[in-house]
Amino acid sequence: MIKNVNQISEQAFLLDFGNEITKEINQNVLNTFYYISKNMQKDNFLGLKNCVPSYNKLLIHFDPSKKNKEDLINFINSIEFSQVKTKKNVEELEIPVCYDEEFALDIQNVSKKTKIDEDAIIKSHLSTKFFVYMIGFMPGLPFMGDLESNLNVSRLNTPRLRVPFGSVGIVEKFCVIYPNESPGGWNIIGRTPIKLFFKDKKKPTLFNPGSQIKIRMISKKEFFELQKIYE
Amino acid sequence: MSNYHFTVERPGIHTTFQDFGYEYLQHFGITTGGVVDNNLFQTANKLLGNEKNETIIEFAYQGPRLRLDKGNVQIVITGDVHFIISKKSENFSENIGETFRTYQLNEGDIIDILATKSSVYGYFGVIGGFKINKYNRCGSTLVGSGIGPNNGKRIQENQLIEFNMESKKNKLKQLSYLSNNKDNIIRAIEGPQINFFSKETINNFFNKTFKISKSADRMGVRLEGNKIVSKNTSNIPSEGIIKGSVQIPGDGNPIVLMVDHPTIGGYPKIATVILNDIAKLSHQSFGKEISFEKVSIETAEKLYNANKKYLDKMFQSIKLL
Repeated sequence: MIKNVNQISEQAFLLDFGNEITKEINQNVLNTFYYISKNMQKDNFLGLKNCVPSYNKLLIHFDPSKKNKEDLINFINSIEFSQVKTKKNVEELEIPVCYDEEFALDIQNVSKKTKIDEDAIIKSHLSTKFFVYMIGFMPGLPFMGDLESNLNVSRLNTPRLRVPFGSVGIVEKFCVIYPNESPGGWNIIGRTPIKLFFKDKKKPTLFNPGSQIKIRMISKKEFFELQKIYE
Repeated sequence: MSNYHFTVERPGIHTTFQDFGYEYLQHFGITTGGVVDNNLFQTANKLLGNEKNETIIEFAYQGPRLRLDKGNVQIVITGDVHFIISKKSENFSENIGETFRTYQLNEGDIIDILATKSSVYGYFGVIGGFKINKYNRCGSTLVGSGIGPNNGKRIQENQLIEFNMESKKNKLKQLSYLSNNKDNIIRAIEGPQINFFSKETINNFFNKTFKISKSADRMGVRLEGNKIVSKNTSNIPSEGIIKGSVQIPGDGNPIVLMVDHPTIGGYPKIATVILNDIAKLSHQSFGKEISFEKVSIETAEKLYNANKKYLDKMFQSIKLL
């Protein structure tokens, strides 16, 4: 399952699971991630400092002062993939999104680029059963997929300096939700009023890698009502 | 009754609480943070007799001006730093302080960390450490995410900086610190996407010089003056990144990721700066020239271990004043 173990620094390996970005390859990354995580909860397991899953790679960050690189390589090679199973209880979450023109900053442009009218874009987005490939870039930001292929657009030529928090953006077959105000180059088609990151909780993110997401459309009125609850 | 504390008369340019940084949170999108210069950090705690990972104040360029409003405490400053101590008992006459030695400060005294000299980062620590709210047992502030001590913010004007205990009777200590950051050659190993670049481009990267751009900070050191262009695409599927990664964005100006880097990134990486040279690079200020030298992972590991020995040896030279 692991195609290649690449040492990219004195303190990190990058495990390669294949070139493509598919749910199947990502599921292998996540299964390995959850398997290693379980072991990492043991005190200072092999001196691991971080284990970061992404679409098709797993970054393993270790403490080089432990001088146990060989043990770490042996551990990686000893992972029995028949034992590494998909997590059974995958969370299914429903996220309210408002597509009102006030929030859907780029929907007109997406419509122009894809030649799909705005209602059909929303309908396609609503009918997508999203899968969270990874969390990252900033705290709690989910990278989800896959959008229908006719909805695939490239990044904005000039990224926005400020994307409002909760904004829902699309690029290629992927969709993100910004947990915080941030610069960003994704095409914004809506906004959610709910919070995605809770810094004081033990598990600080609303989503996990592997979570399944459905979007529910809400009105502007509902958006502001929900926003009050989350304030 | 308030705790022992300093009051901040001037916060400085970018002053934060830091320690070794966060572990095992990167998969939530929380970066590692932590001190930029591990050697200066460890040296400060060693001189103070603190735990190795005791939280410290890191400043860049200009540091804070602090008034000791309650308590008596011993302090140290490490780095290439110009600072002044004004003691109340001496009618606030200004005395230029020496780095890498501990000082006794008494209630009413003022310490003014004016500037780093030919470097960027410096460190200020106290015996027993600062009284802070840690996040996940870590004392590093991530300003970009609003996480960590001081409500995730830089040190602000007029705020209090509390410390845990008084120290009066401890003997004062000094160390002669020899920096191993003398030159401006940054050693790096080949990056995970080295194949994205032609032989000529790779040669160019490892031979020609770059200039430090204006926007160099704890997130990344941006370089200019020598455009590096990848063969095909300037994007890859985003993947986990670590400090030292040299990203090449579409505009061809490399970004060397520092301690507050985003957790994942989608630009190809031509090289990884070795741990030993991270501090050397980040102490280069705007406009300075640097160049990269290619080394093997084995060399990087040897240098990392040699640095630990180098520090230990230096710590043996600590003497009482």
